[in-house]
Amino acid sequence: MSFAARTTAVGLGGEGAAGAPSVPHELSELEEKRIIVGYGFWIFLLSDIIMFSSFFAAYAVLVDETAGGPSGRDLFHLDIVAFETAFLLMSSFACGVAIIGARAHRDAMYYGAMAVTALFGAGFLFLEIREFLGMIAAGAGPQRSAFASAFFTLVGCHGVHVTLGLMWLLTMMAQVFAKGYRPDIMRRLLCFALFWHTLDIIWVAIFTVVYLLGVVVV
Amino acid sequence: MLGKLTWADIPLDQPIPLIAGVAAFGIFGLVIVWVLLKGWGPYLWREWITSVDHKHIGTMYVFLAAVMLLRGFVDALMMRSQQALAFQSPGYLPPDHYNQIFSAHGTLMIFFVAMPFVIGLANIIVPLQLGVRDVAFPTLNSVSFWLTATGALLVNLSLVVGEFAKTGWLPFPPLSGITYSPGVGVDYYLWSLQISGVGTLLTGVNFVTTILKLHAPGMTYMRMPVFTWTVFASMLLIVAAFPVLTATLAMLILDRYLGFHFFTNEAGGNVMMFNNLIWIWGHPEVYILVLPAFGVFSEVFSTYSGKPLFGYRSMVAATMAICVLSFSVWLHHFFTMGAGPNVNAVFGIASMIIAVPTGVKVFNWIFTMYGGRVRYESPMYWGIGFIVTFIIAGMTGVLLAVPPADFLLHNSLFLVAHFHNVIIGAILFGAFAGYTYWFPKVFGFRLDERLGKAAFWCWFFGFYLAFGPLYVVGLMGMTRRMQHYDNPAWYPWLLVAMVGALVILAGILLQVAQLVVSIRNREQLRDTTGDPWDGRALEWSTSSPPPPFNFAVLPHVEGTDAYWLMKQRAIERGAPGPEPVYQDIEMPRNSATGFVCAFFAAFLGFALIWQIWWLAILAFVGAFATFVVFAWRDRTEYRIPAAEVARIDRENRASRRLALAQMEPAE
Repeated sequence: MSFAARTTAVGLGGEGAAGAPSVPHELSELEEKRIIVGYGFWIFLLSDIIMFSSFFAAYAVLVDETAGGPSGRDLFHLDIVAFETAFLLMSSFACGVAIIGARAHRDAMYYGAMAVTALFGAGFLFLEIREFLGMIAAGAGPQRSAFASAFFTLVGCHGVHVTLGLMWLLTMMAQVFAKGYRPDIMRRLLCFALFWHTLDIIWVAIFTVVYLLGVVVV
Repeated sequence: MLGKLTWADIPLDQPIPLIAGVAAFGIFGLVIVWVLLKGWGPYLWREWITSVDHKHIGTMYVFLAAVMLLRGFVDALMMRSQQALAFQSPGYLPPDHYNQIFSAHGTLMIFFVAMPFVIGLANIIVPLQLGVRDVAFPTLNSVSFWLTATGALLVNLSLVVGEFAKTGWLPFPPLSGITYSPGVGVDYYLWSLQISGVGTLLTGVNFVTTILKLHAPGMTYMRMPVFTWTVFASMLLIVAAFPVLTATLAMLILDRYLGFHFFTNEAGGNVMMFNNLIWIWGHPEVYILVLPAFGVFSEVFSTYSGKPLFGYRSMVAATMAICVLSFSVWLHHFFTMGAGPNVNAVFGIASMIIAVPTGVKVFNWIFTMYGGRVRYESPMYWGIGFIVTFIIAGMTGVLLAVPPADFLLHNSLFLVAHFHNVIIGAILFGAFAGYTYWFPKVFGFRLDERLGKAAFWCWFFGFYLAFGPLYVVGLMGMTRRMQHYDNPAWYPWLLVAMVGALVILAGILLQVAQLVVSIRNREQLRDTTGDPWDGRALEWSTSSPPPPFNFAVLPHVEGTDAYWLMKQRAIERGAPGPEPVYQDIEMPRNSATGFVCAFFAAFLGFALIWQIWWLAILAFVGAFATFVVFAWRDRTEYRIPAAEVARIDRENRASRRLALAQMEPAE
């Protein structure tokens, strides 16, 4: 992935680049690479958000199809959801701190904040799995109705993302430990942070569309 | 231990797929043995399998597309011959097998012929047209290719192990649900497409980033060649549409594997939601394929007319308009759903509106030829054949966009004739034009013209013979996918269609012959200048084949048709520009990541299809480990010293100087 940026840096210089849509020439090669990698990763995240939008659409279509089974009003506990939300937001905050630590090359801050990020992420997953197991035990598993299928898929897909994010997080801790704060590692950290924050954005939508709207009495 | 897989899954009782499969994999195995015996293994590994060079990856994409075209075309021949024989008789293909054939034909032709052909051409040409050295993420590019190849492998594996889907190229539930399709056929379809879909999505991300962020100095957006613009629009559509396909197929997988109720008839599932979701991907998919073909024709018409493209800005605007509008028409694939007259009217009108920017393009191509010095090389044959054929496709398309007409023509062979008219007449003709046009750029020699033109005429008339009759029987009420029929009025038309398929077969054989003859005569067909067609965009400014770094020094772009301007300036001066100052060039090192990752993905797909869970877990861990190993590399680039760059570039400049001496300034 590191090859990206050289293109404009080795250009002929001079007036020709005026108005070029590419990264301006004054930037160093490394800064250009960082921008291109971050940009590409954002495009990927946008595609991920579109995938979630399909699951949201399916949920919106199927939300009332409970087939005589329980609905969101019967199943959702907003207090647990509040904890889940708090855990995710704290985790994102810690992730931001970790990036600052990495930029400042401060080991204690980086590893400490990454560990906190992981703990809150794992705490979120714990609560979510407990919620899922509780629903399955109450006979409201994903096979119960189309509503339950859509709920488990949408929220579960977010949970899978958090799980993969945790695997990535631990890999990044190991990478920094093995390789130090190298520019290519820092670019990967940037992508990881973007990923982790995007999961928050999606959670905000899940919180609103699934849980808040789910318990509202119309 | 082996999940659902037993000896009974090898179709020993069905000789046709078994013999075909064993023969295909036998040939594949023999080729591998031959390559290893010849000692070409290391060369293949170094230059192709682990290559991250966009030109090599693109060439492998086109090769994959060509091989799969043969397989998909054999399916087509079997369908045509079945329908030619099955008048008041069962024919020779049992329904169970016939259904697999039309499903595999559509799946292969869309996902493993049209897609890799278009993506392959984009890979080879877009970085060259932008004047850069590679795509934004070269290793990711290799991963994309190998995941696509994995999908193709799995589809073909279904010939010998198990069965393929019998549901058509889009697996509509409830037919594709576990109740009505209990076999592994639909699972082969689902996992092949999920794996290759990841590859396609990553290609989209890679190219959107490349086209927006990597440019030679002076290459502004409004100076980019139209092929690059159309690829950009197509890749934007991939990024926006393929995640929907992934999500939709994931829902069907959950229904089939874990008893979810997205698309079931019971417990509140919604069957029509599948139609809506799949076509929200499916209609943009048409434009993902056809826009780059439009781009190829824009390059071809302009080059062989010796004129700048007529209406460059309107061409760009039309491309982006189609890109946006393509998301607003999906419902026209199922007007019969019964959404009501108002909904149908909105989508009908939206579908007709797309004809407007498309019409703009057709007029632009015609006006590009008008007043130009048109050279009738074979890419122009494909181009003019395309305009004629595509106009018919467009008109039948607008007819189908009228909801009342669609109610009569829905699911008929008229529809089949219409979309083959688009896919063959526009996408495949475009791919063949691009293949002929850019072949010398990739391999350093031109393709034989005489055989190329003969192949064109076979394809052109073969198409009309094969699909003209299908329009007719469609209007007579013949539905698609019929294994046998009793109506004597249809019979002669289906015989003509069979003859048409044989004429197309002649076209394909001529193309194979063209390749063989051209390789044999490569010294006479050699392109020494790097600019065999008097081209206009930057890919012609470098040698054929281009060096690994594409450009010794990045070109300096001063307008649209960048290379044409450089050439005119050099002709006026009577000499090429002064020799640049050469510098060391860093290029990305080869990486086996893509290949190894696809190796594990193939096992992952196979394990998931047959529900061999331990193997699935093992393969997933393997794929993850591959990425970690890749991430642990310390050296990612190698350096080409300035002296080596200078040596390569001086050769190119010397041959250019010779060619320049024979050129005259354009008026």
